[in-house]
Amino acid sequence: MSLMTDNMIVFEDVSKFYGEILGVNRVNLSIAPGITSLVGPNGSGKTTLMNLMTGLLRPTKGRISVLGTQPYQPEELFRKVGYCSQFDSFPRGMTGREFVRSFLTVHGYAKDAAEQMTVKALERVTLMDAADRKVAGYSKGMRQKVRLAQSIAHGPRVLILDEPLNGLDPMARAEIIELFRSLAKEGLHLIISSHILHEVDMMSDCVILINNGYVVAEGNVHGVRDEMEEHPAQILIRCDRPANLAARVFESDSVVEARLHEDRQGLFIKTRDADKFYLLLNSIVLEGDFKVESVAPVDDDLNAVYQYLIGSDGESR
Amino acid sequence: MSANSTAAAVSVEKELQPQTTGWSLWLRQSLAILKLELRKNFFGRRAILIYLLALLPVVLVAMLAIVTRSLPEPPSIRTDFSQASIVFGGIYGGLILRTIIFFGCAWIFMNLIRGEVVDRSLHYYFLSPVRREVLVVAKYLAGLLASVVIFTFTTLGALFFMYLAGYPESTNYLMNGPGLNHALWYVVITVLACIGYGAFFIVIGLFFRNPIIPALVIYGWEWINFLLPPLLKKVSVIHYLHSLAPVPLPEGPFAIVAEPTPAWISVPGLIIMTAILLFIAGLRIRRMEIKYIGE
Repeated sequence: MSLMTDNMIVFEDVSKFYGEILGVNRVNLSIAPGITSLVGPNGSGKTTLMNLMTGLLRPTKGRISVLGTQPYQPEELFRKVGYCSQFDSFPRGMTGREFVRSFLTVHGYAKDAAEQMTVKALERVTLMDAADRKVAGYSKGMRQKVRLAQSIAHGPRVLILDEPLNGLDPMARAEIIELFRSLAKEGLHLIISSHILHEVDMMSDCVILINNGYVVAEGNVHGVRDEMEEHPAQILIRCDRPANLAARVFESDSVVEARLHEDRQGLFIKTRDADKFYLLLNSIVLEGDFKVESVAPVDDDLNAVYQYLIGSDGESR
Repeated sequence: MSANSTAAAVSVEKELQPQTTGWSLWLRQSLAILKLELRKNFFGRRAILIYLLALLPVVLVAMLAIVTRSLPEPPSIRTDFSQASIVFGGIYGGLILRTIIFFGCAWIFMNLIRGEVVDRSLHYYFLSPVRREVLVVAKYLAGLLASVVIFTFTTLGALFFMYLAGYPESTNYLMNGPGLNHALWYVVITVLACIGYGAFFIVIGLFFRNPIIPALVIYGWEWINFLLPPLLKKVSVIHYLHSLAPVPLPEGPFAIVAEPTPAWISVPGLIIMTAILLFIAGLRIRRMEIKYIGE
């Protein structure tokens, strides 16, 4: 793996220890443009990874490269990177507009340019109406938005967002997710950590599951799910005569379990080879003249992957 | 928030990228940081303590002036201002320089970095494309400007009330005697003290989670300076400032006498020491991590 990859974020055998406490261990990642979500329980190492990427922490071992730049070169790194951290604190006495603008002037932008960029950033997060109010008087959601505005104001190529949807109402969440999608379409890297699995599932191109400092899986959710051979895929078939269908499905070697739904209008199937089963199901349905209402995977989403790999107690399986 | 409008915004931002690089960019960034920091230093909640500290000697000398002027029998400092200038030399050396400026600088400069760690706002600077060394220097200059303005006011304010105590006889000392020259030297010492102590305390704020203890150790070291052998005397700020005092003060019977450092050595010496300390601060901040845990 070369660190010269100019369009990737690369972790090469990265470990971080806080004294004797493990932050992350032996992380190897290559993150491509698009939305990548970091998922894991509290204390799993998500924020540590983000802080390592942005040079707020230095790795105990290993190397990191963000689009070809090392994180300990802030003067280059933060021309390309914006980081919306989880720290919910602000310089005292500033309005939202002053907060965004003042840090643009610290970037080196002239006053007029900084003002224009501030307005654009605040418009993008729909916070213009409150731009001239003190940040101290903002709600949690507004503070989240103004931090987001500050991190995107300079037009970064990489946007790192630590729990960016925290504190936002459903309407604002939808707007912000839409903003993330449009930024990803433009070729930006978005690295997002979130606890809200269904939202992560909905917007991510790639997920990184992390637990106890170790990356336990990385890639497209469906790809990760397919590789979990110890957990057969679950499929729910809504049909008439589910008991008859159950008797037929064992014709496939890959089916390991068939169970009737509680309402007796459907059948749960567990199979080690979903594609092979779908082919068999077609022929069974045609031959048996079953009336099928729907066929849907039950555990081909991030929530299921998370439960299988990490579990609700945070102990990796 | 359509994709088109976002794309347009991104292209505008590319046009607005800072065109300057190197020294001119650093200068622009330093000025931006300076502006933010001056606002904090003068109007932040931490500034209240500094203003109270800075006012203390002014109020004390003002009270001295009131008492002196109300006495029916005028004391010597009213009739002979050279006596008054010795009294002021004692007040300046013992109270203003060694205590007010010392602790004022400790408070201002240690909070430049440590205060932001406590407030959990330092990361905004660390997440900007600014060399961390530039950040240290800009913060130092902001602290320096604030401390120089505030403590010059203290020095001149106290001096004003001293002259008021001896008015109108003191006018002659000020206008036709060495009064103005003395005032100028006190301001020079104040500025140099802020330069020297400021550099010490910004380094302490970077190295220690609780900088009060090292500050007290330095305070003790500065006070026992007169007892130290000549070589060790040189490892202090007060030694260089002492030799610049317009009214030399006796250091007591136990003092170990050392050759006073001439101004042409002490001033550049202090500046060089400051540059070394800022270099150390630059190295330290380059490797500094932000965890905000246990702060």
